[in-house]
Amino acid sequence: MKGIKDRVAIVGMGCTNFGELWDKDYKDLMVDACYEAFEDAGVEPKDIQAAWYGSRESGFTGSHLANALKLEYIPITRVENFCAGGTDTFRNACYSVAAGIFDIALACGVEKTKDHMGGFTMDITEPFDRSMVEWELPPVSQFAQLANGYFNKYGLSYEQGKKILAKIAVKNHHNGTLSPKAHFRREITLEQAINAPMISYPLGLFDACGMSDGGAAAIITTPEIAKSMRKDYILVKALALDNGGGQGKLQSDYDFSYIPETVEAGKLAYKEAGIKNPRQEVDLAIVHDCFTITELIICEDLGFSPRGKAPEDVEAGTFELTGDLPVNTDGGLKCFGHPLSASGLRMIYEVYKQLQGKAEARQLKKADIGLVHNVGGVCGYFNCAVAILGKP
Amino acid sequence: MVGITSYGAYVPMLRLSREAIAKGARGEKAICNFDEDSITMAAAAANDCLNGIDRGMVDGLYFATTTSPYKEKLGATIVAMAADLRQDIITADFANSLRAGTSALISALDAIKAGSAKKVMVAAADCRLGTPGSTFEQNFGDGAGALLIGDKDVAVTVEGSYSVYSEILDIWRADGDTFVRSWEDRFASTHGYLETVGKAVSGLMQKYKLSPSDFAKVVLYSPDARRYVELARRLGFDDKTQVQEPLFAVMGNTGAAFPLMLLIAALEEAKAGDRILLASYGNGSDAFVLQVTEQIEKIKDRRGMKKHLASKKAIADYKKYLIWRGLLPQEEREPGPIRFLSAPAAWREREANFRLRGVKCQVCGTIQFPPQRVCTKCHTKDQFEPYRLSDKKAKIVSFAMDYVTPAPDLPTATTTIDFDGGGRMQCYMTDGEPEQVKCGLPVEMSFRKIIDKDGARIYFWKSIPVRT
Repeated sequence: MKGIKDRVAIVGMGCTNFGELWDKDYKDLMVDACYEAFEDAGVEPKDIQAAWYGSRESGFTGSHLANALKLEYIPITRVENFCAGGTDTFRNACYSVAAGIFDIALACGVEKTKDHMGGFTMDITEPFDRSMVEWELPPVSQFAQLANGYFNKYGLSYEQGKKILAKIAVKNHHNGTLSPKAHFRREITLEQAINAPMISYPLGLFDACGMSDGGAAAIITTPEIAKSMRKDYILVKALALDNGGGQGKLQSDYDFSYIPETVEAGKLAYKEAGIKNPRQEVDLAIVHDCFTITELIICEDLGFSPRGKAPEDVEAGTFELTGDLPVNTDGGLKCFGHPLSASGLRMIYEVYKQLQGKAEARQLKKADIGLVHNVGGVCGYFNCAVAILGKP
Repeated sequence: MVGITSYGAYVPMLRLSREAIAKGARGEKAICNFDEDSITMAAAAANDCLNGIDRGMVDGLYFATTTSPYKEKLGATIVAMAADLRQDIITADFANSLRAGTSALISALDAIKAGSAKKVMVAAADCRLGTPGSTFEQNFGDGAGALLIGDKDVAVTVEGSYSVYSEILDIWRADGDTFVRSWEDRFASTHGYLETVGKAVSGLMQKYKLSPSDFAKVVLYSPDARRYVELARRLGFDDKTQVQEPLFAVMGNTGAAFPLMLLIAALEEAKAGDRILLASYGNGSDAFVLQVTEQIEKIKDRRGMKKHLASKKAIADYKKYLIWRGLLPQEEREPGPIRFLSAPAAWREREANFRLRGVKCQVCGTIQFPPQRVCTKCHTKDQFEPYRLSDKKAKIVSFAMDYVTPAPDLPTATTTIDFDGGGRMQCYMTDGEPEQVKCGLPVEMSFRKIIDKDGARIYFWKSIPVRT
């Protein structure tokens, strides 16, 4: 197994504003994201040899992307992998270049959620249960199970747990104010977060990320070609994806205090990138904080904090912009927003900008290795994607 | 001798105070939760009745109700599935009559006597609607009763029966009507209830040469909280000592299930040797002479009437009750995720969804729900045996309580539960209080309505806090 480390490079990226973009169609988002990436890479649409398009509910075939960008008869594959769809789209484009099939590939993820009331058009459980007897509630009730499982396992009272989660929300809101393209750009207080209306016990309004419209894109090529295009290209160090088989729904040894799919994808990615001590070696992590509890748990699953100790690191400010391991420097899903299949590429965009030193007001002093993480699905039945990027 | 070999009952957890319906009205009535109907209640009573009994021995399921959700489609098959009964049994609905419960009982007794079945289950349930605020609405209660009829280990032998019919428009509900209608009470009770049940009971005593003093207990259907007293006195019974109290203060008139439920309440207090008289009403009356045997002691661990009546939760909000019954227009809200209904998928998953059967891996023993093709633990393909989960207790592993998604009753609790003896399941929770939902809470399974769309209903199991 050769792995992906240092075999492909990102030479251009684009990301639209995220938010309630009532005046934008999903094809507008494709054009806006991809043309920024083309300009950043110094390429023309005609230079793209193949494309991967990530979408959960905004265009069911690659042809939508071809139509929007007027790509002329090139192969485009649509990718759907729940909330990990964006990173998986990127992964597939990277593999085609690493395989030597194409020199320049495009990965684009777009989601137009706000044309549908509530943001989801499709049945959430449908992929799992066609007979429609399984519970069917928005994702917050899936992730609330993680919060109750975690609080129960580590003996946190509702008040103790809520305070930790509120600190995560406050941090990501702060980071959002420093991200010009983010959906939510205002500070909140601990009290606001703790006292916000309950959505699904114990998660309240400020524990949940925004459902947004948005798109992001990346131009991928070989390191050799990248060198000829720009100095500050970014190398892919690892790409991991794993799909759970519903073990947590079927087996009694899963206690909802962690996400095994994240643990496994993290292990694969660290091995591929040659990372032994993630807490020391990773400079920033953009992770799937669809809910505050998810970020807390991910920090343990990816080895940033020992089991049960992430609350201590949250209290100590470890994951803040000024901390040892900044997490969700751009505001995360919480404030940048979460257009499902666009999110993975938006996260890669943030790491790309941080590694290039172009992250403006939120620029970190040291940013050599960055990690991207997505998790999708339902409790006990997740899929997870991890990407690690580094400087040449 | 043919008779009752087991009994079971179901009274919903919820009670509505009559004060909430009409100022000054006394007592409370048992009401279905938003996810219950006659089928789910009959299933619960059947499962109570089958506690500790080999379900494979049951040869028939008769479902009696005036409130089946279907005009054309059997309800008995759904009850039989939820009770996990064999497929090669007799199933029938007894409908359209308050007497449906005892009509089904007579048919079950006859089937056993004729030798065409060894054990037949009669499951009766009703949830009738009176016009909001009316006396009917105050008097009606929701509930179910089940009797297992057979000729071995009989706890209550049926010594004889006597039936009369009477053509009268006293109480009726036409096709398309939501509420029960009636002629004026004086006429209805004089020439309906009092005259007809009177004839059946006197005829019964005459036929079997018995007098009022030969009975330890008399169980009489009663349209309301008082009328049975007048009937009992006319017939020569002592209403203070001999007559089963009809539970209007705590439950209400449960229609086709009412005579059976009152009988079960009487049997819970009965001892071997007691002779009991049972009489139903509804365009006629079926009257029975019953004799309690020593076997009665063996079935007294049922949840039955007494424990179900003791386990309750008041709902104070009459408005909520009206919304659940579809009687109050509601503000249009943001729709939840789209629910579709697939008859092929529901049929394919029938063993799991109706019977709540998971599978047990024959190689590693792991119990799994829903049934899998490949074992989640040892990866063996297609080597499973069915495993019933509906009768197992469980504990909550984790949960959520959704306060926002439109639902008939908020918050909507969802649970992941681990069954005692193995197996995990994710399902809605119902009947609980938000404060009591926590990791580790003991729960049991209850068959409920999940989707009601285009006149079709999808049923599945939910967790409920253990009813004690």
